[in-house]
Amino acid sequence: MTEPAITPELIAAHGLKPDEWERLLGIIGREPTFTELGIFSAMWNEHCSYKSSKKWLRTLPTTGPQVICGPGENAGVVDIGDGQAVIFKMESHNHPSYIEPYQGAATGVGGILRDVFTMGARPIAAMNALSFGEPSHPKTAHLVKGVVEGVGGYGNAFGVPTVGGEVRFHRSYNGNCLVNAFAAGLADADRIFYSVASGVGMPVVYLGAKTGRDGVGGATMASAEFDDTIEEKRPTVQVGDPFTEKRLLEACLELMASGAVISIQDMGAAGLTCSAVEMGDKGGLGIKLQLDDVPQREANMTAYEMMLSESQERMLMVLKPELEDVARAIFVKWDLDFAIVGETIPEDRFLILHGDQVKADLPLSKLSSSAPEYDRPWVETPPAAPLGEVPQIGAIDALRALIGSPSYAHKSWVWEQYDSQVMADTIRVPGLGAGVVRVHGTGKALAFTSDVTPRYVKANPFEGGKQAVAEAYRNLTAVGARPLATTDNLNFGNPEKPEIMGQLVGAIKGIGAACTALDMPIVSGNVSLYNETDGKGILPTPTIGAVGLLDSTADLIAGQPQAGDIALVIGETAGHLGQSALLAEAFGIEAGDAPSVDLEAEKRHGDFLRAMRGHIRAATDLSDGGLALAAFEMAEGAGLGLILDAGDIPTLFGEDQARYLLAVSAEGAAVIEAAALTTPVPVQRVGLFGGDSVTLGTDAAPLAELSGLYRSALARAIGG
Amino acid sequence: MKAAVITFPGSNCDRDLALALTAAGAEVHRVWHKDSALPEGIDLVGVPGGFSFGDYLRCGAIAAQSPIGAAVRAHAARGGYVLGICNGFQVLTEMALLPGVLMRNAGLKFICKPVGLEVAEAQSAFTAGWGKGDSISLPVAHHDGNYNADAATLDRLEGEGRVAFRYLDNPNGSARDIAGILSENRRVLGMMPHPERAVDPAQGSADGSVLFRSLVAGLVAA
Repeated sequence: MTEPAITPELIAAHGLKPDEWERLLGIIGREPTFTELGIFSAMWNEHCSYKSSKKWLRTLPTTGPQVICGPGENAGVVDIGDGQAVIFKMESHNHPSYIEPYQGAATGVGGILRDVFTMGARPIAAMNALSFGEPSHPKTAHLVKGVVEGVGGYGNAFGVPTVGGEVRFHRSYNGNCLVNAFAAGLADADRIFYSVASGVGMPVVYLGAKTGRDGVGGATMASAEFDDTIEEKRPTVQVGDPFTEKRLLEACLELMASGAVISIQDMGAAGLTCSAVEMGDKGGLGIKLQLDDVPQREANMTAYEMMLSESQERMLMVLKPELEDVARAIFVKWDLDFAIVGETIPEDRFLILHGDQVKADLPLSKLSSSAPEYDRPWVETPPAAPLGEVPQIGAIDALRALIGSPSYAHKSWVWEQYDSQVMADTIRVPGLGAGVVRVHGTGKALAFTSDVTPRYVKANPFEGGKQAVAEAYRNLTAVGARPLATTDNLNFGNPEKPEIMGQLVGAIKGIGAACTALDMPIVSGNVSLYNETDGKGILPTPTIGAVGLLDSTADLIAGQPQAGDIALVIGETAGHLGQSALLAEAFGIEAGDAPSVDLEAEKRHGDFLRAMRGHIRAATDLSDGGLALAAFEMAEGAGLGLILDAGDIPTLFGEDQARYLLAVSAEGAAVIEAAALTTPVPVQRVGLFGGDSVTLGTDAAPLAELSGLYRSALARAIGG
Repeated sequence: MKAAVITFPGSNCDRDLALALTAAGAEVHRVWHKDSALPEGIDLVGVPGGFSFGDYLRCGAIAAQSPIGAAVRAHAARGGYVLGICNGFQVLTEMALLPGVLMRNAGLKFICKPVGLEVAEAQSAFTAGWGKGDSISLPVAHHDGNYNADAATLDRLEGEGRVAFRYLDNPNGSARDIAGILSENRRVLGMMPHPERAVDPAQGSADGSVLFRSLVAGLVAA
């Protein structure tokens, strides 16, 4: 088969900029073959190389006594004591999900699950952070339904509980939804598997599903802006098969237990290319592949297609040759492909053979280490103009505006489509704050949350970045957990625009400051740039996924308020309304500065809450929507009304940070107030739970009416 | 009491079912779907939830043809006990050990939530721990739990006291709110809700443990 000639158009179609092309020529000293051009394009795109963000990602705190393995592997590994580790990561599948929502979201879930079990961990929890355009936009309902069904379709069949996440709506996502998938797994700390290959002449084994033409060029597509040719990109979206993934999980865990694995890497973005290069590069070895031996789903596939296919549910492994029979038997048992497709070689070479032809012959170490890295120009986001006059609104009408908006409505329409209880260890289900699963067979539990407030990040990237981490810290704290570590999924617009790059830089600085102060190092992450359509960027959305540990399930704050319980607020309420949910949803006003985050107060208040957890019936963090929304959510979930003493909008709906709302008995309140006297932690009684109406100051409405609005708003908005 | 729990390649509630049975006092053997025989002396076969073969053809249809299928049928024919939960219920209908079918949920969406159930029949080893008419709570998690059969079959199930559980607030469109049914000899139970996910108050309900305890006690006595 003749291959296309290398023309400037072809080079541009592979996403290589002129300077990158010159760099490529400099490395190999000749014009590349078509397959080689594809390989460079896959390795050097933003999605795989982090070329715009690497300089700044290096500034993040990634170490700590609890960190076993930080960024750079498939997922981060964190010690949870007793010889066990939690392994987790969050990753975006934004562009594929916009093009083909069901499969895009499903394969996003599949990819993050593989990242976790590639390292030897059995996945035990998943989350999904979703951002969609306005409900009135013609594509939104279709995207929401497809994405949610795809997330459920994959995770439910695979058998991992989805225990948390976020769903937001904003016009900036009209042409570019965000699908950020998180997964966490559990492994023995001394049985973690890494991608570093070792030994010369070791067989390179292909595992899992067959290779087809799906997803060819997907990573390059994921690094491009969208325009009106988007429909043409549909064939670059992969198709997921959770049944195969489930078998791949079980087969891989059996294989790892057999001792046959030297190194293993999942085939995700840029498939065979990226996984082979990564294993060779980390081990200081070359890799030779004979593509005729790759299990193929379609006839007449070219080397280019096989190297760039993003067919799902595949793994690449370097095997101990003496255990080949053992390994093969495991894959036969699970009816999966097992094929030796190459070997490790001593020289620095990525040698791709197809038939009797050399299709690529490249210096392997240069493919990743020589990837371009940019110090993109950036400008600091200018300080936000002060918030002007705020329109008048009654307290209950303000609450109605929030709970009737799709972003702040009850989300059961979404999470009831996810199996949150498979594996039978879920002890706190989605709905309010962090999800919690037991560490199977022990008395411990892990808590999971994902958070960001994109409006804040846009107004003030530094404070917004801090806030995302602080909110995650609070959500973990509110279930009684000790925050352990963090994964970040940075979704931004086009980094070639200095103001967008400024958002990214500011947010990373803020995230870093908060992770340091709150001792939640970043152990894994993902960057998704070019989230723009026709030149318009999304709200900057650095999603923070975080994990906390409960040393005993007895420490869990799982309860609901009871009638007669006192509502206590921990933290200082000043009434900050800039960039608040209320102004955005009630008036369409997105103005003012983001609330500032006092990280020392966050730490102090979090430690105080944990110390008091035995006296707390229920707890939640106060974030967007402020006291009134949080109190309503907590009460409504328990089928109770409530009375908040304050009637003024800033107190009820202000979004000051470092605050929690607690439901406590009279005795509990006395204990907590007495304890607070010996610390600088402010504790204030703000109201009572109970009754069948919601009273805010002097304004009131029946609980049933508000509950009906709250529970129907999302389905109504998207024609559910 | 000796129980076997079958694992199909896409089963994902097999571990949880085995644990629930073990906790209730059963001696549990795990059986791979490619096996052609059950271990000696098995009293109960558990067919777990999950997506046995990806649910790609029809839920449970391929699993019903698995090598272990013949052994399960022979066990039931000998009067052995069989418990199918969720996908396991679908498998049992595909094996014709129970009548009817489980169609796509009426709302066309996957549903995971706790549901209220009425114990409609206490006269079986599975339900003897409850009184007839008791209200319990168990989680459901399925896409295809909409039970249906022709009217004559439904009449017969009701007339013979073979409806084991009914939904108090039907989540999936099942005919006559049916959530679980018994075989003619009352030794095969298929149910969509997951008792194995409700054996500890920390899970939100411990009602499921009643089923496992009464089953183990009943079979030990027998």
